[in-house]
Parts: sequence; C-alpha cells; structure tokens
Amino acid sequence: MEVSNTILQIISSFIEADLRVAAPILIAAIGLLYMEKAGVVNIGAEGTMLIGALAGSIGAYLFQNPWMGALVAALAGGLVGVMFAYLVVTVKANQIVAGIAINILALGGTTTVNRIFFGLNASSSDIPSFTKVAIPLLSEIPVIGSLFNQLGLAYLAILMVPFTYYLMKKTTIGLSIRSVGEHPESADTAGINVFRIRYGTIIIGSMIIGVAGAYLSVGLLSFFSENMVSGRGYIALASVIFGKWNAFGVLGATLLFGFGDALQIRMQAIGSAIPYQFLLMLPYLLTVAAWSGFVGKAVAPKASGKPYFKG
Amino acid sequence: MSINILEMKNITKTFPGGVIANKNINLKLRKGEVHTLLGENGAGKSTIMNILSGLYSPDSGNILINEKPVSLNSPKDAIKYGIGMVYQHFQLIPELSVVENVILGIKQRREPFLDIKGSADRILEYSNKYNMGIDPCAMVWQLSVGQQQWVEIIKALYRGARILVLDEPTAVLIPQEIDQLFNMIRQFTAADFSVIFISHKINEVKEISDRITILRKGQKVNTVETSEVSKPELAEMMVGREVLFKAYKKKAVPGVPALVLDKIEADNSKGLQALKIVSLAVKKGEILGIAGVDGNGQSELVEVIMGLRKSTSGSVKVMDKDVTNAHPREILDCSVGHIPEDRRVSGLMLEMNLRENLILHDYHTVPHSKFLLNWKFIKEHAEKLIEDYDIRTPNSDVLAGKLSGGNQQKLILARELHGNPDILVAMHATRGLDVGAIEYVHKNIIAQRDAGAAILYVSTEIDELLNISDRIAVIHSGEIMGIVNPDNVTIKELGLMMAGSKKDTLL
Ligand SMILES: Nc1ncnc2c1ncn2[C@@H]1O[C@H](COP(=O)(O)OP(=O)(O)OP(=O)(O)O)[C@@H](O)[C@H]1O
Ligand SMILES: [Mg+2]
Repeated sequence: MEVSNTILQIISSFIEADLRVAAPILIAAIGLLYMEKAGVVNIGAEGTMLIGALAGSIGAYLFQNPWMGALVAALAGGLVGVMFAYLVVTVKANQIVAGIAINILALGGTTTVNRIFFGLNASSSDIPSFTKVAIPLLSEIPVIGSLFNQLGLAYLAILMVPFTYYLMKKTTIGLSIRSVGEHPESADTAGINVFRIRYGTIIIGSMIIGVAGAYLSVGLLSFFSENMVSGRGYIALASVIFGKWNAFGVLGATLLFGFGDALQIRMQAIGSAIPYQFLLMLPYLLTVAAWSGFVGKAVAPKASGKPYFKG
Repeated sequence: MSINILEMKNITKTFPGGVIANKNINLKLRKGEVHTLLGENGAGKSTIMNILSGLYSPDSGNILINEKPVSLNSPKDAIKYGIGMVYQHFQLIPELSVVENVILGIKQRREPFLDIKGSADRILEYSNKYNMGIDPCAMVWQLSVGQQQWVEIIKALYRGARILVLDEPTAVLIPQEIDQLFNMIRQFTAADFSVIFISHKINEVKEISDRITILRKGQKVNTVETSEVSKPELAEMMVGREVLFKAYKKKAVPGVPALVLDKIEADNSKGLQALKIVSLAVKKGEILGIAGVDGNGQSELVEVIMGLRKSTSGSVKVMDKDVTNAHPREILDCSVGHIPEDRRVSGLMLEMNLRENLILHDYHTVPHSKFLLNWKFIKEHAEKLIEDYDIRTPNSDVLAGKLSGGNQQKLILARELHGNPDILVAMHATRGLDVGAIEYVHKNIIAQRDAGAAILYVSTEIDELLNISDRIAVIHSGEIMGIVNPDNVTIKELGLMMAGSKKDTLL
C-alpha cells in the first residue's frame, strides 16, 4: 500500500513535469508552425524567444503583472518578426542566414539590455510571475489530476493546438497559408497575395514565439537569465518537423521531449548511478532517435525556405 | 460584326537580360470566338497571355475590356475582369484536393470557413455539364494530366471567367481527350464565352479556331480568318520558311541488337508492379518506337534502362554488357544517350547556365576538368554546341530555365547527341514543341540512326511514332501488347492495342 502510493505520486509529478517543461516548446512550435506552413523556415526562433523572455520580465516588472509581461513579450516578438519578414520576404535574404543573425543579435542584445535594466544582481522578488491555476474537479482526479494544475499559459498552449489545426484545415486563411507554402506561384495566380500571407504569418508566429519566451522568464522562473532559452527554440523547430507540420503532431513531439526532460530530472533525483551529463542528453537523444526512426518521408511544404520572385 | 470583348494594344515586354518577348503586339478578341495564337517555341505566346492574366507587367501598351481601358496588376485583377487563365505549366497544388485548388483565394459563403461541401457540389455540376468525370475530393496528385487540365478549366469557370485562355492545352492530352476538349470549347463559345487557344499543332488550330494570330520572334505576323488560309501557309507564316511535315527517312539497315531487355519487371514509386516481363531488343541503326497512353509503364521502362530504378527481375544488356541495376554513370559511360521525359524536371538544371548544363555528363573527365574545371574549354565547347544545334540564346551565361521549350530541348539534344552515342533512349522528345522544332529533333534523331545508333523512342503521339519509327512496340499496363510495322498498321489497330488488346487477338 505504502509503496504503490509513492509510485503513484511519482507518476503524478512526472506527468505534471512533462507538461510543464513541454509547454514553452509547444508555444514556440505552434508559432513556428504558422510561418512554416507558409514556406518560411525560421531558425531565429531561438533568438526571438530569448528577446521575448527579456521583454516579458521587463513588462511584468514595469506593470507588476505577468499577463502584461506576456503582452510585451508578444509585441517584442512581433517586432523581431517584422525585421525577419523584411529580410526574407522583401529583400529575399537566405532564411537560415537571417535566422542565425537574429539569434546572434538576440544573445548579445538581451545580455546587454538585461544588465542595463536589472543590473548584475537582479532579484527575482520584484518580478511577478504566473501562478498555477488548478482546474476545479479535474485537478482532483488521482494521478493525472496534476495535468490540470498548470500555469495559465500552458492551458492556452494546449488550446492553441486544435485552434491551429482547424484554422489550417477549415478556413480560407488556412488554405491560403498552405497554398503559399506549397506553391507560391500557384497561389499568386489564384489571386492570393503571397507577400501579405508571408508577412502576416511571420509576424503572428513571432509574437507567439515571444510569448513562449515569457513563459520561461515569468512562468517557470521569475527572472531573466542570460541565454535562458538554451536550445528550446531549436527543439521547437525540430518538433514542427517531427510533428509533420501538423498541430497535433507538434503537440506529440513536444510532449515527447518533455517526457525525456522529466525523466532526466526524476532519475537525477532518485540518485541514479549514471553521470548527470548523460541524463541531460536524454531528451535530445530521445528526440533524435524518434526523429530518425519514425518521421519517415519528409512532408515539408514544397516551397520551404525559398523566396518568391514575381515575374 | 460582333464587338471586341478584349483588345490588347501595342504590348511590349522585355525580360531582364534583354530578351524582347513581345514587341508592339496588337490583339483583338471578339465575343464568342475561338482565337488561336500560333507561333514557334519562344515566339512570345505565353508571355502576352501572362500579361493578360496579370502575372507579368508589360513595359508599355494598353488593355481594353469591353472597350474600357483596364489595368491588370495582379492575377486578382484579371480574375475580376473575367479572365480565366489555364497556364502552360499547370498552377495546381498537387498536395491539395481538387476542391481546395478550385476555391483557393475565393471568398467563401460562410467566411472565414471553407465551404467544402457546397463547392464540391458546384464542381460536380461543372464536371457533369462538360463530361469531365472529376471527383472533387480527390487529391490533385492522384489525377492524370488530362484530368488536371479539366480541373484548371473548372477553376477558371468557377471564378466567373468570360474569356478563357488555354495555353497549349493539347500538348499533354491524348487524342480522345483532345476531342473532348474541343467539345467543351464549342460549348463555351455557344454560351458566348470567348476562348484564346494556344497551340502549334496546325491540324488542331485549323479545326477549332475562328481566327488565328501568328506570332514570330515576339512580333505579330498577321491575324487571319481560319477559313481563308491553308495549313502550309500557316506553317510558313509561323516559322518563316517552308516546313516538311513528314520526316524524310531512308529505309533502316538494322544491325546487331545493341540494347536488349530480357523479362524485365519493376515496381513504380508507389510499390505497385509497373513492368511485367518486358522483353525488347533494339538493333543498331533502327528506331524502335514505344507507343502507349501516358502512365502505362513507359517512365519506369526508361528509368530501369538508365539505372534510375531498380528492376525486380530480368536483365538489361548494352552491347552485350550486363548493366542490370548498374549505376547510372556506368550506363552512360557505355555510350548511352538519354533524353528524359520532362526536360524541366530531369533533363536540365534550370538554375544553372547553358555551359554547366552542357557538361553534366562529362564534367569529371579530361578536357573538361583536370582536377579543376577548365572553364575556358567548357565555354568554347558550349559556344560550339550552341552554334551547331542552333540554340537561340544571347550567350552561354543564360540560365537553362530561361530558354523557351524548344531551345531547352535543343540544349538536351546537344548534350546527348554530340558524342554520337551507340544507344539513345528518348522519351517525349518533342512534347510541347512547335513544328519547326519537332522537325529539327526528328532530323537529328534520324541522323543518329543512320550513323548506326540503336534508338528507343517513347512517345504518346501516334502520328509521330508512325512517322519516325522503324518498328513500334505498344505498351499497356506495363506489358508489351505486341510489336508492329508502322507501314502496315492502322491507327485503329494501334489504338486498340494501346487500350489493352494483344496484337495476336486483333488478327
Ligand atoms: N521569366 C522569363 N525571364 C526571361 N526570359 C523569359 C522569361 N519567360 C520567357 N522568356 C523568354 O521570352 C521569350 C518568349 O517566351 P514565351 O514563353 O512567351 O514563348 P512561347 O511562345 O510561349 O513558347 P512555347 O511554345 O515554348 O511555350 C523566349 O525567348 C523566352 O526565353
Ligand atoms: Mg508558352
């Protein structure tokens, strides 16, 4: 009885941890999905998230409200999006190079601004952060109840999955986005403004990615730390591919990554004999393994990464 | 006299790089007429129609619709004015369904939601009215090329087109489908729609059009009433010289078998069996034609020969050397030339210039390369081939993708034929080409035959095969239905074999 109780407790906290670490990646991946569907590959998600994280903590601090933090993060992400869209849509710069430029700019820029704004010894006490919201009844279910005791943003992230799925599949705007990603010239001849769709998806997507950053700095933690995104932007990009450009697939992919991370934390806590460096690799290994094993034939939008030249 | 529903005045268009694709072209379209644009490859037919559809903007000139000047800055504008364009290179998205393709970019009844059901019903109405047999829920990649053409037409009608532009629609259709298309066109004009029809097949043009405008090298030659002009006159206006319709050909002197397929079987890309026990032998000095409706295993056959697809059983021999499932380069090195089925997909690197395209087979050999590429030699080599094969281009710096279809094919011929291969495998070598260019391709291929090459010539055009082949093998569902002599076979017999009757059962 005693033993089985602890096991249940472990599983329960495991589930909770999975969603908690997966949520920011999920948000970023959904943001990316919008532009990916329109044929834009944005490696700069990492940097956009980082800028969102800093903007989020500044916003939350200034307005003393975590939701305002998320809003400021969205605006900052949108601004980065405008810049990225100008580079890859109007100037037709290489998308990978433009993305890397954003990442480098973000790393240096956020470090500097953070030190100017919060100083070297930022204390977390002044920045309000999101608190857990337990959904009545559901959160009391044994074992899986922990799923329903998450940060508010995590629920939003989950809701965005079906929303995005149906938007892409069932609406005119979704159809336009998909067509621009598959074959911009055909979309153009059908009367769709390719530039407007690409600008729109990049800006909206980047705003969402900015919010993913805020999830880290005013959600998981309550302060900004340098390079705090640490690869989540790239994992989000991988999740889009692993999830086959489908919102539900992306959800599965991010949960898998979260699973690896949660497992790693548990195993460290239990005091496993394996050196912790190897445990840290676990989520990444799991992602790589799943990716190489199950993704199968690439189903990327045909025009991925290619600028559109009008005749 | 009926009114001009459309008038294009003094249209000029220069492409970056200096090609003048249209020079001061005037065109008037009457209500309810079929007006053909006739011209060689590169004459500027697609360009002027792309201007009409709002895809390209002209350097100068005016467009009047119903006698009022309009400005067509994007395809959206053109659609608004009732211009429905079926592009030469289809603008369908294979990954989407028929409905999705048709309603793309159109405001929906229950905006922002797609009205898939209602739209599918309307598509079905069109499909039934014109006898197209389209399933609105099918994915476009599942459709045959002919059906894709119908979807393009539905797409234009669905957007309320009153002027329908068909850019070389017949290039990809089989004879029955061409008849069907002509029936549709007659239904359109009966309903007072106007049709601009582009083609370089003079027989068709004579059959379907009311008037013909001939373009040559970007300029208008003339506009004539179809009834007042003969076929040879049309051909001459189009090419600027007299044209031979029948390739002149000596009797073949076949030698030893050079390309021998023994009981070849292979699967297609979806894993289904595409070739069933195919045995063929092509002798030196002969042209063996392969007839068949598109998609009956011709592509797989050619791919197996060229080492691009693994055969599941059987053997391929080239000059007695077994090359079954060998690496493509090994096969090319056995003096095999290959004119691939789609010049834009596998024939050329569209994003590379002519020089680079001309050395795709030889770049790794002396004198093209001695560790480093020898650009000086490559350039001279390219310039010589451009001259020998009469490739119309400002210079060898031009990207292959910018050439007209005919010139792209000449580029491939130059690459594949200049070394006088022992064996030539050609597929759809004249697809989409004008009479002048077809004549050119045939002449060159026959010259290779006379020089002793063994030639496998795959085509869907029966006339062409009867004209050029020394023997014709008919393929259906991956099986050879029989081999016939073009001099004593009727088109009806060939048609029956293409539809799946074995030769023996016909007699
Ligand atoms: N996008 C482009 N950029 C540069 N040159 C072009 C472009 N499109 C066409 N051209 C050139 O303009 C000329 C006219 O081309 P166009 O496609 O209008 O010919 P066409 O009459 O339709 O020929 P075809 O029968 O092969 O379709 C050709 O010399 C072609 O190389
Ligand atoms: Mg054309």
